[in-house]
Amino acid sequence: MKISLMLNGTKIEREIAPDLLLIDFVREEGCYSVKRGCETSGCGLCTVFLDEKPVLSCSVLAARADGHAVTTLEGLQKEAEEFGAFIADQGAEQCGFCNPGMIMNAIALFRENPDPTEEEMKEYLAGNLCRCSGYEGQLRGMKAFLEYKKQGGAV
Amino acid sequence: MKTVGQPIRKKDAMALVTGQPVFTDDIAPKNCLIVKVLRSPHANAMVRSVKKDLAEKVEGIEAVYTWEDVPDERFTLAGQTYPEASPYDRLILDRHVRYVGDPVAIVAGRDEACVDQALKRLKVEYEILPAILDLHEAKDSEILVHPEENWKALCKVGADNKRNLCASGESHDGDVEAVLQDCEEVVEGTYHVKANQQAMMETFRTVCYLDPYGRLNVMSSTQIVFHVRRILSNALGISKSRIRVFKPRIGGGFGAKQTSVSEIYPAFVTWKTGKPSKMIFTREESQIASSPRHEMEVSVRVGADRDGRIRAIDVYTLSNTGAYGEHGPTTVGLSGHKSIPLYGSLEAHRFRYDVVYTNVMSSGAYRGYGATQGIYAVETAVNELAERLHIDPVELRLKNMVREGQIMPAYYGEQTNSCALDRCLKRAADMIGWKEKYPCRDMGNGKVRSVGVAMAMQGSGISNVDVGSATIKLEEDGVYALSIGAADMGTGCDTTMAQVAAECLDCSIEQIIVSGADTDTSPYDSGSYASSTAYITGKAVEKACRKLQEKICEKAASMLGCEVDAVEFDGHTAVDRTTGKQVTLKEIGTAGQSGNARSLQVTETNSSPVSPPPFMAGMAEIEVDKATGHVELLDYVAVVDCGTPLNPNLCRCQVEGGLAQGIGMALYEDVRYSARGQMLNNSFMQYKIPTRLDVGTLRVEFESSYEETGPFGAKSIGEVVINTPAPALTHAVANATGLWIHELPITSEKIAMGLLKK
Repeated sequence: MKISLMLNGTKIEREIAPDLLLIDFVREEGCYSVKRGCETSGCGLCTVFLDEKPVLSCSVLAARADGHAVTTLEGLQKEAEEFGAFIADQGAEQCGFCNPGMIMNAIALFRENPDPTEEEMKEYLAGNLCRCSGYEGQLRGMKAFLEYKKQGGAV
Repeated sequence: MKTVGQPIRKKDAMALVTGQPVFTDDIAPKNCLIVKVLRSPHANAMVRSVKKDLAEKVEGIEAVYTWEDVPDERFTLAGQTYPEASPYDRLILDRHVRYVGDPVAIVAGRDEACVDQALKRLKVEYEILPAILDLHEAKDSEILVHPEENWKALCKVGADNKRNLCASGESHDGDVEAVLQDCEEVVEGTYHVKANQQAMMETFRTVCYLDPYGRLNVMSSTQIVFHVRRILSNALGISKSRIRVFKPRIGGGFGAKQTSVSEIYPAFVTWKTGKPSKMIFTREESQIASSPRHEMEVSVRVGADRDGRIRAIDVYTLSNTGAYGEHGPTTVGLSGHKSIPLYGSLEAHRFRYDVVYTNVMSSGAYRGYGATQGIYAVETAVNELAERLHIDPVELRLKNMVREGQIMPAYYGEQTNSCALDRCLKRAADMIGWKEKYPCRDMGNGKVRSVGVAMAMQGSGISNVDVGSATIKLEEDGVYALSIGAADMGTGCDTTMAQVAAECLDCSIEQIIVSGADTDTSPYDSGSYASSTAYITGKAVEKACRKLQEKICEKAASMLGCEVDAVEFDGHTAVDRTTGKQVTLKEIGTAGQSGNARSLQVTETNSSPVSPPPFMAGMAEIEVDKATGHVELLDYVAVVDCGTPLNPNLCRCQVEGGLAQGIGMALYEDVRYSARGQMLNNSFMQYKIPTRLDVGTLRVEFESSYEETGPFGAKSIGEVVINTPAPALTHAVANATGLWIHELPITSEKIAMGLLKK
């Protein structure tokens, strides 16, 4: 079947198999930030935006994205760099494999709720597993980032 | 110090947080054959026949291999220095399959769909054999996991395949029975640690291709490039000169990737077909056919006098290595050698062990490597002793713990030359408010808050075995290129090694380029495991940099036309003290590339006769719901002595990450099998690793000693940090409920049912 969608702002038309998952579609399109960490929709590594909403791309058929906009971290490089720097300043990226999914979801949170409490951050990101960091460094990074934003983006 | 001890950003941090394609499957050639294996549904069986004609007919299938196609020389997948302690008990494919998940056939094809279809079309006839699934039934069973004649043990580790023994042994100091008999109090307990999965986010994966020289190139997510080269050479029966192994960024290891779990299959395919291939483990495969922590049952006796003087410790460990012996003989050693020496003034100790083969997946290396299991047992026994003696467990430890300067008979007779364990414990007690909170407070709403404590140690590399090396060269423009064979798997060792180099060479961290690990270009390193990199490789970096600095001064002297003794070099400029003439580092680097006959490059290698232990104290505060048994972790404090923290940020993240894994191990994580030997927790739905809602608040501090033999006083940190949660949480649960739970994980069910029985 043929689908047509916007991927990171570029229009893509492609012939696909009906059972192709969105995660495999975007990786085939060169969006390697999108990672597979499980097969049971439980790790958050494959988070992408479908239109403006974060979804697990392992649980969405590529066909479902037909006519929609898909955004991966490749399309959010400026935001990734701005926020990611605060994770990096904690050393909390560690192996880095879960980072893109976590950062996608964090960006989604900050767009939805620019001033989340600690509990809200933990709740929102509960589905983003990380085996390296123990999550504390990610939390410190997020808090520092929010503080930076509150100061108007000045360090 | 300008660079060491600074919270410097990891050199690869921004690439990682922006999601650049830096991992194995991101940079695999696009034309790779897809490699998968058919796995045995039986725990113990002989393959009578494999009908593969229908599978081979599937369009796109390149090859189907069975036991008939592979070499019959046995080898081990354990990444260890040769001769490996782990027995040679593996084949690439074996007619005798020994656990549910053991590979029966390898299929390679154009894409996943055709390979999946071919796998379904393979018809295998099995002769099903009775299996051993309980570690207690293995030793001297009539059922043999490895009856084959070509099984072999390279080292004297007390192995005997005709008794299902992967290893056995005993060591002691003094007469433990006599001392225990003389003790006024003896606490006895048997503690059961189940297997755990490392569950790194990136599953096992390997890409293979032939290079223009016809050599097998292996890009793999591995901690041990040099050992993988040997393993593949053994498995394929080809010379090491024909194999190159290298790693890109690694999505977590934790010891899992100290075993060559995925490499042999695509390597075999590429070697046979000449075509590039890759194998990406699914999460399910990573759960059921990999290299988890050894299940161990640790029996402990601790003897003391009524005043709280601990006089003797006796440990017996029964370890389950599963179907193959990877890391079996070595992990078990740590269960005694890194638990007993926490107590410094023992009159006697004894440590005995058996490691048995059973028909479950092979165990392997997981952070803590046996020390975790032993420390859980010994520390819990000591907490039970404190209760029996009515002595505060912190006081009991302060009275008995190992101190700087002591000889540790159970730790290979080594002396502790750097030990701040006493400061760690006191600081942890202050941080958590031990005096006010111990043992518990009834909250009046069916909930009880309590605290628990444990201490831990580990090593820093394997003494007299591990090797670390570093090559450093001065390039144009005063840039240094550092090459290491240690594997940064997210730990940040590329950065910490650069920090050591920058400190030695008096330059900025940006001036140091780091590369590794690659068997063709990196200097030899046994690999990143056994908490070795900071201590062993770090010292190699220091040595190499010091020598390079001498060479730089010599070169400067010849450029300045003076004696080398007259040269003063501050990292940027070399000055002739007599004339005041100077040359810059840039000029020296440039001169090194024109008409120069003296190499501005140094390789240094390091090994250590000692393995200085890092120490730590951990304390947990929990709230137990007495009706449901639910445990909420409120607060965990950890105070660590890793010597000098080379990079406090990265050290802190190591501690927090290790604590989270230890918390998962203590409360949730449990590799379980069905009555037929099928692994039950084969996904993250069933195998629960902690989310950010489960870890409470982790608070980490450092109390540093200074280790003279380490780089700038550093010891290790990676492993010690996983060892305290299990005993500290067991203790906290006991303080809240009166239940001493002797089997991990401490689930809500165990607590609720235990309270009902009380």
